[in-house]
Amino acid sequence: MYAFNYRRASSVAEAAAALSGDDGAKLLAGGQSLIAAMKLRLAAPSDLIDLSGIEELRGIRRERDGITIGAMTRHAEVAASAEVQAAIPALASLAGSIGDRMVRNMGTLGGSLAHNDPVADYPAAVLGLNATVNTDRRKIAADAFFKGMYETALEAGEIIVSVSFPAPRRAAYVKFRNPASRYAIVGVMAAETGSGVRVAVTGAASSVFRVAEMERALAANWSPDAVAGISVPAGNLNSDMHASAEYRAHLITVMARRAVEAAT
Amino acid sequence: MKVSMSVNGKAVSAEIEARTLLVTYIREHLRLTGTHVGCDTSQCGACTIHLNGRAVKSCNLLALQAEGADIVTIEGLAKADGTLHPMQEAFREHHGLQCGFCTPGMVMSAVDLLKNHPHPSEETIRAELDGNLCRCTGYHNIVKAIQAAAAKA
Repeated sequence: MYAFNYRRASSVAEAAAALSGDDGAKLLAGGQSLIAAMKLRLAAPSDLIDLSGIEELRGIRRERDGITIGAMTRHAEVAASAEVQAAIPALASLAGSIGDRMVRNMGTLGGSLAHNDPVADYPAAVLGLNATVNTDRRKIAADAFFKGMYETALEAGEIIVSVSFPAPRRAAYVKFRNPASRYAIVGVMAAETGSGVRVAVTGAASSVFRVAEMERALAANWSPDAVAGISVPAGNLNSDMHASAEYRAHLITVMARRAVEAAT
Repeated sequence: MKVSMSVNGKAVSAEIEARTLLVTYIREHLRLTGTHVGCDTSQCGACTIHLNGRAVKSCNLLALQAEGADIVTIEGLAKADGTLHPMQEAFREHHGLQCGFCTPGMVMSAVDLLKNHPHPSEETIRAELDGNLCRCTGYHNIVKAIQAAAAKA
């Protein structure tokens, strides 16, 4: 790992100020992707600004129509939260399936979203549940947040403060894990939300995406059979040593069917 | 930079480079070499320690991220008189190790596992050991050891 300057911010404003003057500075959340990338020298920030001491970025709040989760809330806390389990069980179970227990004890919601790894689980929750990403500057709708591989709508120096998840009528997240790395080869969040049916797919392409044809079919008839015959073209899907694009296309249909079946 | 924390109940501090990993600090500065570096890519779990009561992978954490924290390593489990922690005893009793390389991480992870699941099923144990790799035992005796420790607790 290359050398860098480290500082701990005690407020969002302080972190934003530290970021603004420095192009090479990066925010450190739980570090479960960033530290690994720095060790491999895939990332070499000049400065790390640690957010872990900022109390206002933590915590889970029940709202009238859903749940708001602070950006620095760890996956293990979301998974174990009685409030999340009651309001959005699919979200608690998704958080409890990320990485392994030790990773969930460090990794955070905001860190995962800002990183936008193509195989991350949380993007499927945010897009599938039509969540809103609240930053220190504005509110960003899920449909506008994910821009591409490791790319989001966040501007330079913009900090995720929390994410608001409206409670769906029913939802489930099902993934097919790589047996070695345990990352999602394909993960699907299927949800019937207040703003319509949403099907979000992670792991399969350069970034999370929705499947409009499945959403229309489920809106007309919420049943596993409704999506069983719908497949996503393999053309834009990832192909690697773990799974071909055609196999991923097949898995999307299977995972979608299972997610609809499991949705409560 | 200066870093201070409590390790196995003892206050420690040092001047370190910011890029020092927590596992490097534990092994090379504090000379507590029970915590192992296996894969060094946060997959194998040999470096598992407890940070403020939560199991984490110390190879994927900066020492500075543990500033002010309460750290417990494998050396902190046994009593001062050498009496093993019940989980260590169970691993010995049920032969939950062969070469022993993964064992410190397995034991630290297993202690954390029982905190969250006091009466785990075999399926839960196997699922929760996702982040710990053992290349010798095929996991059977590790699972047995954890079941035995849970039954005695």
